[in-house]
Amino acid sequence: MSDTYREMWRELNMDLEKHDVFLGTLPVAFGEVFLRQDNRPAGMAYFDNALAEAHGGRIQEILAGKKAGRMVAGTFCVFAPEELVFAVDGISIGLCGGAQFTVPTGEQVLPRNLCPLIKSAMGFKLDRICPYFQAVDFLIGETTCDGKKKTWEILNEYVPTYVMELPQKKGAADLVLWEGEIHRLKEEIERRSGREITADRLASGIKMANARRDALARLYRARRADPVPISGKDALLISQLAFFDDPERFTAQVNSLCDELEERIARGEGVTRKGAPRILVTGTPMALPYWKLHHLVETAGAVIVGEETCTGTRYFAGRVAEDGQTVEDQVKDLARRLTAINCACFTPNKDRVEDILRLVRDARADGAIYFSLQFCQPFGVEGRLVERALQEAGVPVLRLESDYSEEDAAQLKTRIEAFLEMIAS
Amino acid sequence: MYAIRPTGWSPREAGAEVLARVLDKAGLSRREVAYIVGTGYGRVALNFIDHAVTEITCQARGINYLTGKAGTIIDIGGQDTKVITVNEQGKVVDFVMNDKCAAGTGRFLEVMATAMGMDVDELGSLPENVNPVNISSMCTVFAESEVISLLAGGAAREEIVAGLHRAVARRVKSMLKNTAPATVVFTGGGAKNEGLRRALAAELGVEVMVPAEPQITGALGAAIIAWEGNGGAVAAVPKISGQ
Ligand code: SF4
Ligand code: SF4
Repeated sequence: MSDTYREMWRELNMDLEKHDVFLGTLPVAFGEVFLRQDNRPAGMAYFDNALAEAHGGRIQEILAGKKAGRMVAGTFCVFAPEELVFAVDGISIGLCGGAQFTVPTGEQVLPRNLCPLIKSAMGFKLDRICPYFQAVDFLIGETTCDGKKKTWEILNEYVPTYVMELPQKKGAADLVLWEGEIHRLKEEIERRSGREITADRLASGIKMANARRDALARLYRARRADPVPISGKDALLISQLAFFDDPERFTAQVNSLCDELEERIARGEGVTRKGAPRILVTGTPMALPYWKLHHLVETAGAVIVGEETCTGTRYFAGRVAEDGQTVEDQVKDLARRLTAINCACFTPNKDRVEDILRLVRDARADGAIYFSLQFCQPFGVEGRLVERALQEAGVPVLRLESDYSEEDAAQLKTRIEAFLEMIAS
Repeated sequence: MYAIRPTGWSPREAGAEVLARVLDKAGLSRREVAYIVGTGYGRVALNFIDHAVTEITCQARGINYLTGKAGTIIDIGGQDTKVITVNEQGKVVDFVMNDKCAAGTGRFLEVMATAMGMDVDELGSLPENVNPVNISSMCTVFAESEVISLLAGGAAREEIVAGLHRAVARRVKSMLKNTAPATVVFTGGGAKNEGLRRALAAELGVEVMVPAEPQITGALGAAIIAWEGNGGAVAAVPKISGQ
């Protein structure tokens, strides 16, 4: 670890000792989970490095941008209209937490029976071990689940947190509300960045976000092949890095990886044998560095061929129209993403079931794992409806609830293996 | 032919010892055994097996072999509680397991027994016709203090135990996802508890059967799978002595 980085972290007012301990746990986990895989695509090297430099090189870049006057915004949900941030040449970072390490600290200010994603994110801020949290100018939160909604009030004591009111339904009135919210965020961003959001600038922001969506959609299409050209773990890592990396560079790298994957498909080459059991995962987001479920499933001999999660298909759902001529029209187009992303925070949310059934078909999945983080009410409650719909469609489904700790790994392993035995028989 | 011992701290050693004891009983040498399937939590630690299969699949095969029917298996072990739905061929159709929580498991009853100064094995042998007290919490931590205050309030031990059994039975019922089971077989260490069996039968409104040796039906299933793994050339699996 170079001294330059340490100096940088110190300047960010990070807790260096705690940060060392945290980083110390990561290389071990990473090597075990990722580097031992067979026949990884060469294009993964970029993403491995992006992860390795997540607290180093990438932060340097962001700080250099900041010095040059770029605004840095932190987000927590795929509904955050990052296009507005891109329109002012700002930097947008997704800050959901996926580490057990910071959960106990999060619990100092949050109830213990809250989902670990929120507690972990909060803990990263309190522990001062996340350079992104230290670097952001402000945060954009939404009124999604109750846990997040109320956490913004506490988080706001540590870093300015702007809250958008995300509707809970998808009717015409809700669209109007959301459109208004996007306008208000636009003003906030203009004020903070000192730059006006013109139609031209917003158009390029929309294009940039769409290009990233297109690249990820292409990656997911490649995963339909049998044998799969890329493991679920690697695809998940890419999705997770989308929240941190420079969007244009990331998009280019995903596309060049896809070139490689498509060549593999043409040659019939994969990371598993042909006919390995194929699993679709659906449920709560899996924020960096959460890899537990994918690791358990893939070491049990199956392969994950898609994630209907916010670190999966929901992240790139809702391509925004690119032909809006005025800012008014463009904001309307942005607002329409509301109807295209099917998160359990909405009611009713029938389209999510349709999405899942379609993904099972497209990805040729043999079964689905419904995964919800412990104490997540929206996805926990909705699980019943999804499970029933899958069963009616003849798709075997396993419901799992877990958190970020490793305590239940043996139990999960047993369930996953029994599920795979059930599918195979 | 079988042998049972608690896993203790080393599944590998426990497995090796059980194998040695079974071989001894059967008068066979290790070389005469063609195929071994390991099952249960320690399965991956066993270094002498040909194949590892989860206890869920094994339990289903074992019970189906004994009953010859489709049905529901309720397995209450120390660590967790499972409800397994099996079809007529002994294949798992669906299964549910408790999440990271001791509610409704053998561990729950163990903690409660300790709180009452009893051994968990004594719980099943208390008198039948008592009024179960109401245990309102399924959380091991809260239920423990509830039991302690019930005792302090003068409730009879057998009434508390009956209440605990009913609480576990209700928890299991909630895992059945509102499908009323026809044939119910109760296995695992918990099945040795007659009071718990009665409570389950009462809550589910069906007969609840317990095999002669409820702790080894998973191993029986593993043996059947091993038999098939070794070619399964012989149509009928030989009857196992002791069953
Ligand atoms: S799960 Fe819902 S609330 Fe959470 S990030 Fe996704 S869209 Fe937002
Ligand atoms: S996982 Fe569930 S509880 Fe957690 S932040 Fe997302 S919606 Fe909220």
